Amino acid sequence: MAWFHNLSATEQFLLVSAIKIVGVFCVVMPAVAYSVLAERKISAMIQDRLGPNRVGPMGLWQPLADGLKTFLKEDFVPAHVRKAYFWLAPMVSMTPALLVLAVIPFGSNLGGEPMVIADLNVGILYTFGIVSLGVYGIVLAGYASNSKYPFLGGIRSSAQMISYEIAMGMSVIPVFLIVGDLNLSKVIEYQYKNGWLILYAPLSFVIFVIAAFAETNRLPFDLPESEQELVGGYHTEYSSMKFALFFMGEYANMIAASAMMVTLFLGGWTLPLPGLNRPAESIPMGVVHMVIFMAKVAVLMGLFIWVRWMWPRFRYDQLMDLGWRRFLPLALANILATALCLWMWG
Amino acid sequence: MIVKRTKLNFWERLYLPAVVAGFRVTLRHFFKKKVTMQYPEEKWKVPEGYRGAPYLVKDPEGRTKCVSCQLCEFICPPKAIRITPPGPVADPAVGNVEKAPHEFKIDMLRCIFCGFCQEVCPEEAIFLMKDYSLTGLTREEMVYDKTKLLALGGVHQDQIWKWKNK
Repeated sequence: MAWFHNLSATEQFLLVSAIKIVGVFCVVMPAVAYSVLAERKISAMIQDRLGPNRVGPMGLWQPLADGLKTFLKEDFVPAHVRKAYFWLAPMVSMTPALLVLAVIPFGSNLGGEPMVIADLNVGILYTFGIVSLGVYGIVLAGYASNSKYPFLGGIRSSAQMISYEIAMGMSVIPVFLIVGDLNLSKVIEYQYKNGWLILYAPLSFVIFVIAAFAETNRLPFDLPESEQELVGGYHTEYSSMKFALFFMGEYANMIAASAMMVTLFLGGWTLPLPGLNRPAESIPMGVVHMVIFMAKVAVLMGLFIWVRWMWPRFRYDQLMDLGWRRFLPLALANILATALCLWMWG
Repeated sequence: MIVKRTKLNFWERLYLPAVVAGFRVTLRHFFKKKVTMQYPEEKWKVPEGYRGAPYLVKDPEGRTKCVSCQLCEFICPPKAIRITPPGPVADPAVGNVEKAPHEFKIDMLRCIFCGFCQEVCPEEAIFLMKDYSLTGLTREEMVYDKTKLLALGGVHQDQIWKWKNK
């Protein structure tokens, strides 16, 4: 490791960050592929089917086949689209999901190196800033496709995401009132010292989860897609890798949302057991922490997937009603209640 | 007809009973026996009298029953059958069987599985068996010749020992 210590501090930081970025990317991309497989398997089981089981043992190589297929498909661009935006939209919908992962502490540390790509002081603000960019991908796709169904999908998406983002943002404020810091690493530090935040702010958790479903366009809030009435919504005109980017973006968003929930409410990489509730001192423990984090994310992904096959889609007015007239006041009341509690007993 | 819609009470409007009920239904189906049939490995059992692919059969002594009368060839509506009779030279290997076909071809791509060949056959030499979804990579492969048809048809266990005492 002598050569590493010979590097300047900036070079060391760049190198370590690059390794972390590549590492996270190499974990998230297969995770996206395998959540698609999980979705297909679970949906099949719930519908009394078997699901993909031809490629490899129990269909485990299905994601590879899917990936290969999308690469080999013809990338068809309809004549009537607005080309530049049409190309831009899939990229815009994919990137925010990956950018959000930058501030999430996915483990305590490995050999003293904190397991978070960017330990930002304004972690959560950055997250909300980036997440709200995600809507542009869908709106752009709806606009660029220049046909009626994607257009309707885009409109629905913008209305839905804006209304739920407010409830989402409001719902996490109590968390930061309790913790007293916006840095996500500090949030986790609070949780392994005082217990998970879901115990302190259960209402916040519920609102956050529901808003996250709306943010990631998952059922029961998948109005922008609406296979039945909008024939796929914003990605009707897309094919091949461009469609795959939307698809992967959706799952990457789910992973990012699950990671956010785990970090904010479910204790991040900690478990309330001796040894697991403080930063790791050895490398194996650091790895165990990362595994715990991933397991928690996987459970939440399971929740996302299961819910999709459980409930029908909301009607559009019900969705708006729920966002503006139920969750927003509820979240505000929650902030007030938490603040009062902290003022009186905190 | 007017369907009366009852107002939901507060508990129902909370959406929670629906959540629980939905979860129970999905959970039950999740662990239920699956209905999927693993197609190429498992196949539907076709009923008696099903008209599948026509194949040639042998008698219990292992002789080709077909005598190249060509009735099936003539009756075949899509002209899927093509028979080459043996000609005047008798084959000593098949003994008394006079006119076992030299070649017997069925183009399974043309065959419409009508069963006329089976109905018209005076020797009970061709039968519509239970095979369906015949597959091949080329058109030539889908033209089944005599050896293939006989192998697929197998032995027909009838009680008429036609050639036994000749």
